[in-house]
Amino acid sequence: MERLTNRAKAVERKPMTFLESLYLWNIAKGMGITLKHFFKKKATISYPEQKREFSPVFRGLHVLNRDEEGRENCTACGLCAVACPAEAITMEAAERLPGEENLYREEKYAAKYEINMLRCIFCGLCEEACPKDAIYLSETFAPANYQRQTFIYGKPDLLIPHPKEEPELYAKAAGGRVVVKTGN
Amino acid sequence: MLLAIDWLLLLEKLVLIVIIVSVSLVIAMYETYAERKIAAFMQDRRGPNRAGPFGLLQPLADGGKLFFKEEIIPNTSNKFLFILGPCLAMMTAMMTSAVIPWGGTVAVFGRSVSLQIADINIGILFVFGVVSMGVYGIMIGGWASNNKFSLLAALRGASQMISYELAMGLSLIALLMMTGSLRLSVIVDQQMTSGVWNVVYQPLGFLIFLVCAFAECNRTPFDLPEAENELNFGYHQEYSSMKLGFYLFAEYINMFISSVIMATLYFGGYDIPFVNEAALIAKGNNWIQWIGPLVLIIKVGFFIFLFMWVRWTIPRFRYDQLMNLGWKKLIPLALLNMVLTGALVLWLKK
Repeated sequence: MERLTNRAKAVERKPMTFLESLYLWNIAKGMGITLKHFFKKKATISYPEQKREFSPVFRGLHVLNRDEEGRENCTACGLCAVACPAEAITMEAAERLPGEENLYREEKYAAKYEINMLRCIFCGLCEEACPKDAIYLSETFAPANYQRQTFIYGKPDLLIPHPKEEPELYAKAAGGRVVVKTGN
Repeated sequence: MLLAIDWLLLLEKLVLIVIIVSVSLVIAMYETYAERKIAAFMQDRRGPNRAGPFGLLQPLADGGKLFFKEEIIPNTSNKFLFILGPCLAMMTAMMTSAVIPWGGTVAVFGRSVSLQIADINIGILFVFGVVSMGVYGIMIGGWASNNKFSLLAALRGASQMISYELAMGLSLIALLMMTGSLRLSVIVDQQMTSGVWNVVYQPLGFLIFLVCAFAECNRTPFDLPEAENELNFGYHQEYSSMKLGFYLFAEYINMFISSVIMATLYFGGYDIPFVNEAALIAKGNNWIQWIGPLVLIIKVGFFIFLFMWVRWTIPRFRYDQLMNLGWKKLIPLALLNMVLTGALVLWLKK
């Protein structure tokens, strides 16, 4: 039979000599290896103080985006909810009233927008489905909690901070990936 | 009659006992911490580092946890023996420290106090007697649990300890041929005056003694009696709360004591290497006697590290391998060592 690789090694099955059967040399070799690891750099990251950097494509908690003037982008079209394979998104639409033009970007907006973070699989399909750049997956993940109810995130939890009133918080939440739409 | 008793001596011994018992308890406590730290370091982890600075309060947290755990005594167990088991294990572990010379004679308030609780002339025999009683703790615990796994593990443990005690005793005989005394203080004195430790004369004997000490303390690679992961914990499977803690704690005390014994027999006990203590004391430097115990503790620390180092390096022996090593390798080697030593001693004396 032809060999696939030349890395195969024949197994030695000759009986151990008396000195070998005392295992002393092999034990000493093994102890050398563990001692080397004793002084090695530790692989652990002390979590709450130190955090591991996320990869640039990491998909974390969602943010609902605003435009540069702080108006909500979402028009409650429901495409994200349709795209969601885990059916984690619910929303209720409402019509913009006169005088609310500084709050909502278009005539229709989401009066209620909820994501169940226990159902969500963080696939990012909602982000892809959104025609208005209204939903993004950020670089944070959902903190642990004791009650299931707390994992249903409503609009106050999801909305990005106002870009003009709280520019620092906004920049932090937006990270490097949120696209800001300008003009109409 | 009562007046004839040296009350000060009694008080002095009592204080010494309290100090030694508490020191060995504290050391055993921090051995658990050291074990976890060393295990972690050898596996490229950090180990406990949350309780206190560097996790130094971890043993206290562990102890507190064990005390507050639910105490379960199985219905079908023999209650008296079930409770006696861990007590015996703990007691035998603590008893051996009585005959160990922890240091020379120090001056306290004008009294010269010997840092040894009982300088009996059969010192090392006493240690062996007490250590072999430790197997009762395991046997009784395993039997009283009324659990097949516990019983089998206890049997395994007992046969292991008995087999390795033989080789241990044989390697010790070779040492005793050279020292000519069973008294531990004499053995240390000889090493101090000659300046050469017994390990130089008895390298093979020490190696056998070391391997047997690992087996006696039920440490990896000989921890079959309590194979945590594949044999359901062994003889203390039915134990919970502080009774389990006592078993585990007794193991750490045993480790400490056997390290002390090895240091005393083969590594000069409280002898400070490359220092002639007798000459210094003759010049009036009595403080040197206080350094002795510290040096002993450092030597012991090295042995404890060795115990842990081996534990986190070597996997467990299979049972037949264990028995083969004990009966077919170590005992013949120990016998050979004994015969060689005897012949050499006779030849040199002539």
